Amino acid sequence: MHDYSVAELAQGLREGRFSSVEVTRAHLQRIAALDERFNSFISVDESAALAEAEQADARRAAGEASALTGVPIAHKDIFCTRGLRTSCGSKMLDNFVPPYDATVVSRLREAGAVTLGKTNMDEFAMGSSNETSYYGAVRNPWDTDAVPGGSSGGSAAAVAARLAPAATGTDTGGSIRQPAACCGITGIKPTYGRVSRLGMVAFASSLDQGGPMARSAEDCALLLNAMAGHDPLDSTSSTRDTQDYTAQLERDLSGLRIGLPTQYFGEGLSAATAACVQDALRELQARGATLVDVSLPHSELTVPTYYIIAPAEASTNLSRYDGVRYGHRCEDPQDLLDLYTRTREEGFGDEVKRRILVGTYALSAGYYDAYYKKAQQVRRLIRQDFLDCFEQVDIIAGPTTPGPAFALGAKSDDPVSMYLEDVYTLAVNLAGLPAMSVPAGLVEGMPVGLQLIGQHFDEARLLNVAHQFQQATDWHLRAPGGID
Amino acid sequence: MAIDQHEIEKIAQLARIRIADDQIGEVTARIAEILGMVDRLQAVDTAAVEPMANPLDDTQRLRPDAVTEENRREDFQAIAPAVEDGLYLVPRVID
Repeated sequence: MHDYSVAELAQGLREGRFSSVEVTRAHLQRIAALDERFNSFISVDESAALAEAEQADARRAAGEASALTGVPIAHKDIFCTRGLRTSCGSKMLDNFVPPYDATVVSRLREAGAVTLGKTNMDEFAMGSSNETSYYGAVRNPWDTDAVPGGSSGGSAAAVAARLAPAATGTDTGGSIRQPAACCGITGIKPTYGRVSRLGMVAFASSLDQGGPMARSAEDCALLLNAMAGHDPLDSTSSTRDTQDYTAQLERDLSGLRIGLPTQYFGEGLSAATAACVQDALRELQARGATLVDVSLPHSELTVPTYYIIAPAEASTNLSRYDGVRYGHRCEDPQDLLDLYTRTREEGFGDEVKRRILVGTYALSAGYYDAYYKKAQQVRRLIRQDFLDCFEQVDIIAGPTTPGPAFALGAKSDDPVSMYLEDVYTLAVNLAGLPAMSVPAGLVEGMPVGLQLIGQHFDEARLLNVAHQFQQATDWHLRAPGGID
Repeated sequence: MAIDQHEIEKIAQLARIRIADDQIGEVTARIAEILGMVDRLQAVDTAAVEPMANPLDDTQRLRPDAVTEENRREDFQAIAPAVEDGLYLVPRVID
């Protein structure tokens, strides 16, 4: 049962071949039996999940089922779940039980999805390896000595290990796409503002975006249908109409123009990963697409731009953790300043502290223009590069990461080297574009991803291209060994 | 721009994060590396470029100034570390 996709589960439930309780129990049993190896979940509430499954079965019996009724999914532990601890991978929120659901969670509940549990992640989504979690590193199901990527590494590992058919993730600089690539699954970061940020613990508010992670583009489309849409409670949520993201999946690719940025195929990209991406592009070409060389001339500025904007916004967002209203509070504070400074010393891990300090510096008097304003100016140049490319092409393609997943511990002492892991994914968030990662091959037994970048609000086209690729290839169906 | 330990101490105070004395050197070294990496931006000519705060150039919407939420004070205070008589407790601020 754990090999079924979301689409297959939804169909089986519709046809009465199995119940939600059976499907949910099967996945809970796998989590209990296997997750010790991967550490992909932080919280699992079996009785709550089974109660939700019973309700789903009752709704179906009453003729009130919707698209995902009874399908179990996991949520990244960044999404607030009413009554279920939401830690964001941090000691700071280890005791935080939200009094409300994130909009993403409530929308998926309304569509009928059952919550299996909350997945592990880098602390406050700051990381590319899942090693900064307060709850310990997640291990890659393809090789438990390798990282799963991050920050949505728990979601990626859980889906890859068939512990959940799908999971939610968030992507501020690559945190859906990079772990999807490292774990051999499919994930999409929608256009900025397409999916509500309400109840999604804030990291960098002008970059953060939630999205689905699953085993196929079709499954991502089914989940995005439930997740996307205007939310009056998120002031940056788009008021544009959503589409049925499954409607265009079968469209053929003839006439599709795919731009290949020369900067994404140069120095730093491993040869074996490049070969997989080239094979994938040939496959798309065989299905009617045209490949066009394009240029993103400001590419080399994306890492420095991102590492000013994201920490600056994080330093502001994370100022709310003060030990007063919720979350961790230090013992016996001497005075108010001691309460703040010790609570934050104890509650935050090293990487989170580093980013808060860098962001505070970039926003501080005398440095604001040189850092934050400068980065916002370069950000416009980076977005303009993409808009110029989209004059010539429909989508842009390239690698998701420079190489396959690296070994646990290989980069954890070197922040700058870790930041370069996201060299191909960061620009998309700066430009607010939708993008996805699709399994595109194996390098020495480890998955690598093809990244597809679309125009603003053109998620349907990306999902179409990914689905057509998955009709022609079986990389997305490959599973890690030893998980049966 | 080089950064020294004294500046890190000042920034840490602004950010309300205590850094233990035996860690300040390490923290300074790491942040100096990060600032060294981002310094590349200083060479870009952006004189004619408008700063971009939102990738869609949107501004935040305003809503009518009307009460739309129910009062859930008890739920919110139930998750606070220290409350009394409906108030959040902090160490004494005024003697």
